[in-house]
Amino acid sequence: MSGNHPFIAAPIAPRQPLKIAGLIAIGVWIAAAIAFAVYFTHVFDATLIERFGWSYLSGLWVTVSLVTVSFLCGAIVSLPVALGRMATNKLARGLAFAFVYFFRGTPLIAQIFLVYYGFGEFRGFFESIGLWWFFREAWYCGLFSLALNTAAYQAEILRGAIESVPKGQWEGGRSLGLSRTVIFFKIVIPQAMVVALRPYANEIILMIKASAIVAIITVYDLFGETRQAYSRTYDFQTYVWAALLYLALVEALRHLTNFAERRLTRHLRR
Amino acid sequence: MNDYFTLLGFGPTGWGDDLARGAVVTVSLSLATLPIGLCLGFLLSLAKQSEDMLLKLSADIFTTIFRGLPELLTLFLVYFGVNAALRSFSEATGLPDLALSSFVSGMTALGVVFSAFASEVFLSAFRGIPHGQSEAGLALGLGRAKVMLLVILPQLIKIALPGLANLWMSLLKDTALVSVIGLADILRQASIAARVSREPFLFFGSAIVLYLVLTILSSIALGGIDRWTKRGEAAQ
Repeated sequence: MSGNHPFIAAPIAPRQPLKIAGLIAIGVWIAAAIAFAVYFTHVFDATLIERFGWSYLSGLWVTVSLVTVSFLCGAIVSLPVALGRMATNKLARGLAFAFVYFFRGTPLIAQIFLVYYGFGEFRGFFESIGLWWFFREAWYCGLFSLALNTAAYQAEILRGAIESVPKGQWEGGRSLGLSRTVIFFKIVIPQAMVVALRPYANEIILMIKASAIVAIITVYDLFGETRQAYSRTYDFQTYVWAALLYLALVEALRHLTNFAERRLTRHLRR
Repeated sequence: MNDYFTLLGFGPTGWGDDLARGAVVTVSLSLATLPIGLCLGFLLSLAKQSEDMLLKLSADIFTTIFRGLPELLTLFLVYFGVNAALRSFSEATGLPDLALSSFVSGMTALGVVFSAFASEVFLSAFRGIPHGQSEAGLALGLGRAKVMLLVILPQLIKIALPGLANLWMSLLKDTALVSVIGLADILRQASIAARVSREPFLFFGSAIVLYLVLTILSSIALGGIDRWTKRGEAAQ
């Protein structure tokens, strides 16, 4: 094409004049930032950091460990569920579908309440099978509900990712004489994981946000410590600290994912 | 078993009517939040594809904040933050006390969260519409507003619908969080019933069943809307 018109110069991009809507919008944010800075320096109280700094850090640790452990437990549970969703057996498919639909169709907070308050009714039963120590603790109840909840979401991520791998990959493995297990773990899963990376990272971010709910059942995670600090001081800045910590955590994870994705897909870039 | 029927029944001895009223509150909060979230999300998506860098930056800041904060924390920030601001305002001016109810707080908090996610759905839907569509509209002599309304929007809704359907489902579930600041929705009514009757499993179980019914009804309705938007394709 360019051979036909060798002398046409590239069009000069017109300089964008600053428009009023953008100026107003950014002005609102700048005003908000200044108001926030003024508010924060005005109310900032170093004694509060002395009083609650360590509890915030321990809350952050509880949030991070709760999310990590339940994400990993959920990953283990999600594998059979995802396989059930893709199975030819009608019963397995129905059960896996019901599991996924139940946990994705109801609020996490209701699930947590059902486990923490509802299971207490069956104390005798849990004592007889020796599991009462587990369902007595709010932390374990939160872990249990979060793990099952994320298992349902992760099963769908996993299923989508496995189904995104072309059928030819299975056939190629078969023609090389590999067994189904080897094909699944050595050929399909590595390719599926590249597709699943971003949904998995989104799921972790959603879990960090959702895990704040366990504060309602008296787990002292970051949000639980915040609520306690607020109830002792009635100082709104306690919530602002929590917001900054959550934002930092989520943003760090988001940038880490972008970096990991760029690195893992560098063989696909042209 | 008979005992359970009395507890879940309507009337003064049962909690059925309270749970039903809670369901009405849950549905009305979701329906009240939806238009706010959709309109704000649409405007944000327009801002994000504008050539004006400052407007784009402002919309990105909004999305980053409200997608990153836990919904529960956003709710508390709105409820306690705005109420504290209103209190100091009425103290300073001597006006009668103003306060944000838990319903309005829930609407605001869930609305901004919804709009932050919806803006991304709209943005990717906009990218799915070829540029030629709006150019053709302009070439036919339609104004910019008419092109948006008659050419872009009908196609946009069709592409954005699955994403928006997911957001509606999470909105419906997130309304349960507003019970924490005192809104008498399904979950709160169930908590009260559980505490009074000492039957927590029965009532939280019923609450979960109610939410399941709501999500199943929603997916039936959304499936109907989806078929309606695709009725042109089916004829081909």
